[in-house]
Amino acid sequence: MAILADKTTKVICQGLTGTQASFHCEQAIAYGTQIVGGVTPGKGGTRHLQLPVYDTVARAVAETGADASLVFVPPRAAADAMIEAIDAEVPLVVCVTERVPVQDMVRVRRRLEDSSTRLIGPNSQGIITPEQCKIGIMPGHIHFPGKIGIASRSASLTYEAVGQCGDARLGQSSVVGIGGDPVHGLGFVECLELFLRDPQTEGILLVGEIGGSAEEEAAAFIAAEKPKKPIAAFVAGTHAETGRRMGHAGTVNVFGRGGAESKLEALRNAGVRIAPNAAEIGATMRRAMRG
Amino acid sequence: MDIHEYQAKDLLQGYGLRTPRGGLARSIDEAETVARALRGSPCVVKAQVLAGGRGKAGGIKLARSVESVGGMAAELLGSTLITAQTGTQGRPVKAVYVEEQVEAARELYLAVLVDRGAGRVAFLGAAQGGEDIEETAVREPAKLKRLIVDSNDGLVASEAEAFASGLNLEAGPAKAAAKLMAGLYKAFVELDASLIEINPLVLTEAGDLLALDVKMSFDDNALFRHPRIADLRDRDEDDPSEVEAARYEINYLRLDGDIGCMVNGAGLALATIDLLKQRGGRPADFMDLRPVVTRQQVATGFKMILRNPKVKAILVNMYGGGILRCDTIAEGIAEAVKEDGLKVPLVVRAAGTNMEIARKILTGQAVPAIFADDMAEAAERTVAAAGQSPDGGAS
Repeated sequence: MAILADKTTKVICQGLTGTQASFHCEQAIAYGTQIVGGVTPGKGGTRHLQLPVYDTVARAVAETGADASLVFVPPRAAADAMIEAIDAEVPLVVCVTERVPVQDMVRVRRRLEDSSTRLIGPNSQGIITPEQCKIGIMPGHIHFPGKIGIASRSASLTYEAVGQCGDARLGQSSVVGIGGDPVHGLGFVECLELFLRDPQTEGILLVGEIGGSAEEEAAAFIAAEKPKKPIAAFVAGTHAETGRRMGHAGTVNVFGRGGAESKLEALRNAGVRIAPNAAEIGATMRRAMRG
Repeated sequence: MDIHEYQAKDLLQGYGLRTPRGGLARSIDEAETVARALRGSPCVVKAQVLAGGRGKAGGIKLARSVESVGGMAAELLGSTLITAQTGTQGRPVKAVYVEEQVEAARELYLAVLVDRGAGRVAFLGAAQGGEDIEETAVREPAKLKRLIVDSNDGLVASEAEAFASGLNLEAGPAKAAAKLMAGLYKAFVELDASLIEINPLVLTEAGDLLALDVKMSFDDNALFRHPRIADLRDRDEDDPSEVEAARYEINYLRLDGDIGCMVNGAGLALATIDLLKQRGGRPADFMDLRPVVTRQQVATGFKMILRNPKVKAILVNMYGGGILRCDTIAEGIAEAVKEDGLKVPLVVRAAGTNMEIARKILTGQAVPAIFADDMAEAAERTVAAAGQSPDGGAS
């Protein structure tokens, strides 16, 4: 078991014929992921990476039975690509594209509300269920299977967290990058719900950062649900200068909200074990597992 | 991207925003000309810089005559304004906006932004606006009203009116406010704005609504479809090194400290800065290499750190991922060091994809790097190195 993706998941790639998409799909296939086809408008009927290419997502889904789509489309076309996948009722859509206009994402989010699709991203490294399925751009070799579920807003920090969990002999059930953009699909709360229901997951790690209120919402959810599985968290940006944008578009503060302190306080009060800095994420998760 | 007050007012007038009469001046003469056109009414002279907090920093002055407008303009033009939002270096004042003073019956607050939690465009409003709005928002959040707009329906007039009534506006002004909100919503969506903030929005004795100050920002990621908006960018206000870095797929912010930082990934870069500060270090920059960065671009970024005279030690924290591998970063660093030399201690922490190759590249090219196995060791070694640098400054 795992969440959202496993070895039975059939994946198509929107934008498969692009250079980056080709590279990462080859990596995903080598990892064992069932990539079953691609979508590139105008190239329907051709083959790429020995896979069938279709003009539309609907056609690709009908022909391949895919239940997930990896969106590897440039920023200006990414929203339409996500909406096409939502309209084709693909259960899981993963968008790795960076720099998608925010108001395009407002449109995508609205469409999601009326659908049963789950969206990961954009500006996400994707999702990986170790040794089963990798939908995204993360390096597969740093992960190994185990009982920790990880949800994170930042790709490189996720790798850091995964590496440290590995050093602490904590494998992962699934690792989800929810993305660094202000408006995105799946959030911490949905990830928590999924991990809490997943029997393989015995502990959960949240990797957050300043900006927005995703961590506060997660804290409120945890405080209300009082889950039995131990939860640890790290929040980046405790020493960031306010009013200046560091990194992700999602890290800008509005009215003093979104600062690291309020996030840490909310999580701590909800009973979450907090890593004091990024060097102690693995050790903190280990301590949380010991109770 | 932020634009100046005068640009925002000009732009939003096309969407139904009403503002006091006024004009832009880049010299004392021009300021007096604007004042004369206002027929001697009392004027406000406002420094045009891309930062909030101008009023409290002395960047907004009241003048009762044409001559005193000239005097105020003389004081502001060419000066450097330091506000709560500019950092210690402040911002140069190259232009002032001269505007007739308006008697306010009441000052309100009105803003449009994207509500991240809801994933929708939202209006924020408060019956009492002014300079202390940020404190009010933190202390008494209930005073800040919110209206979330469904993108399928757009702004519904009746909802806008109800929202305006909630700001203690009577029927007439509430209708006018709803109309203003419709215009602002249109501008926000049409122009891919990320923020329109009117503070204060003044209600006059006559019942008119006038925008005294406007802040407007745009989504950088959407500028490709708004070339005319992109042209409004004031390049004088950009930090040249930040602009240079952006061309090389590097996010860069100059900070005040003495430890140069290079990290791949925004979250890891933030976390690295946190750790350095926890260990008593002072970062000189925030540098985040984007995954698509090339060896040459890494070299350019590293040279930017080398050029910063304040830097006493450098920390490179890399976690090789699926796109950007450690060897690419190492090659870039080696190239920069070969061309520009290295006079300060360099601590390198390499993990993830091709971490061993990165070490081999740096060692093979005789880059005198101090290698650290993890983040904690890297931070400690760097902070120690910055304290022990040749010019003897302690951190």
